[in-house]
Amino acid sequence: MKYATEFRDPTAARALLAAIAARADQIGATRAKPLNIMEICGGHTHSIFRYGLDKLIHEGVEFIHGPGCPVCVLPMARVDECVDIAEQPGVILCTFGDAMRVPGHRKSLMQAKAAGSDIRIVYSPLDALELARRNPLRQVVFFGLGFETTTPATALSIQQADRENLANFSVFCNHITVPEPIRALLQDPDMRLDGFIGPGHVSMVIGIHPYDFIANDFHKPIVVAGFEPTDLLQSVLMLLTQIAEGRAAVENQYARVVPEHGNPVSLAAIADVYERRPSFEWRGLGEIDHSGLRIRPRYAAFDAEEKFGIGYAAHSRNVPEIPGCACGSVMMGKLKPPQCPQFGTGCTPDMPLGALMVSSEGACAAYWHYAGVRAAPV
Amino acid sequence: MCLGIPGQITAITNPARLMAMAEVSGVRREVNVACVVGHDLNALVGQWVLIHVGFAMSLIDEAEAAATLLALRDLGEAQEALDQMHAADLALQ
Ligand code: SF4
Repeated sequence: MKYATEFRDPTAARALLAAIAARADQIGATRAKPLNIMEICGGHTHSIFRYGLDKLIHEGVEFIHGPGCPVCVLPMARVDECVDIAEQPGVILCTFGDAMRVPGHRKSLMQAKAAGSDIRIVYSPLDALELARRNPLRQVVFFGLGFETTTPATALSIQQADRENLANFSVFCNHITVPEPIRALLQDPDMRLDGFIGPGHVSMVIGIHPYDFIANDFHKPIVVAGFEPTDLLQSVLMLLTQIAEGRAAVENQYARVVPEHGNPVSLAAIADVYERRPSFEWRGLGEIDHSGLRIRPRYAAFDAEEKFGIGYAAHSRNVPEIPGCACGSVMMGKLKPPQCPQFGTGCTPDMPLGALMVSSEGACAAYWHYAGVRAAPV
Repeated sequence: MCLGIPGQITAITNPARLMAMAEVSGVRREVNVACVVGHDLNALVGQWVLIHVGFAMSLIDEAEAAATLLALRDLGEAQEALDQMHAADLALQ
């Protein structure tokens, strides 16, 4: 595998790295006293490791990996509830592949499938709709999870099922939102964050204004970024420029894809189908107010929680995680994956203890895959 | 799951459901275009879109599509998306 050599535009990358270094020096950032920049999106974490940006960048800039991998923040209890639904007679449970190996207390979805439950990996909730059309005598349940990038897809699918009166289709809704955990992290006295790289594809749906509170209330800069290496470097430079100038604003590096006000059709579908739960549990972060979505009563017929009586908190919440695993601290960016006592010993991608090791967007998996094969300086 | 993949719309397949055929790295996949459709559904044919879990979420230009695809290939995400589309075809049987 090659790394930095594959930079699409090495000249641009080098120029950006030099400009970042100059800004970092101007601010006085050092290895001992770095600027902590959190990338929220798991896709950005993946990209940073793939291109070795954490090694290439000035030593006064530290990437802190945020809770932006939807599979990683899924509490075990939600997997348990999902397995319970899959075990109901006549159910076909449809899920994205990422969720298959996330451990539950009894079993993962993969283990449930091996034990005979009808669990299918789909690419889209549209596949689940099609399964429901083709199997009118079966109950087809879609495991809806993810941030605002996937939320419109399940919302539009539920609207479509409603139009077709597809009574055997439902969604087990575990959708979560990006802004609320950022607020929780900013309110945590242990966290010292100097700025945020905002998620690109989430922002394509919601626009850039849901982040206004970060600048207005917490006086931290945030730059919404694409996930190519030069996008990420440019967004870091924009952050450092704000910091050097004593500003805190919401800026958009990815305007070629992210409209300021988001995607109106997606937002309308989300608003029509979903409402906020009073609070939702995040693995490692605990309960966060208004951070999860549930299906509105108007669409109750398509709500798997209603249909099966197995819903949020069907299992007792806050069940302890595996002893010795540091998933929570890693999720919050307080620890780097190799600082977890289980990393590489008790926990590997083949035998994962935590979801951070399962998903390609999880920080532990990223460290594991790219350890030792980092880029040489460009 | 979080990163979209670029595709080019080749035909409208079901106007009532706002479904279109997209070509994604040589693979054909039916996608929903509700989020990108303007006044004229047929005007989408030939356009590049960013596709998330079966839904076209954003119109992009061809250069952006090419650059995004390269980055996704680097990250292994392009193959992952194609594998998931293939897995889904099997799941429907
Ligand atoms: S190494 Fe495993 S147990 Fe430790 S934080 Fe990462 S996923 Fe959790």
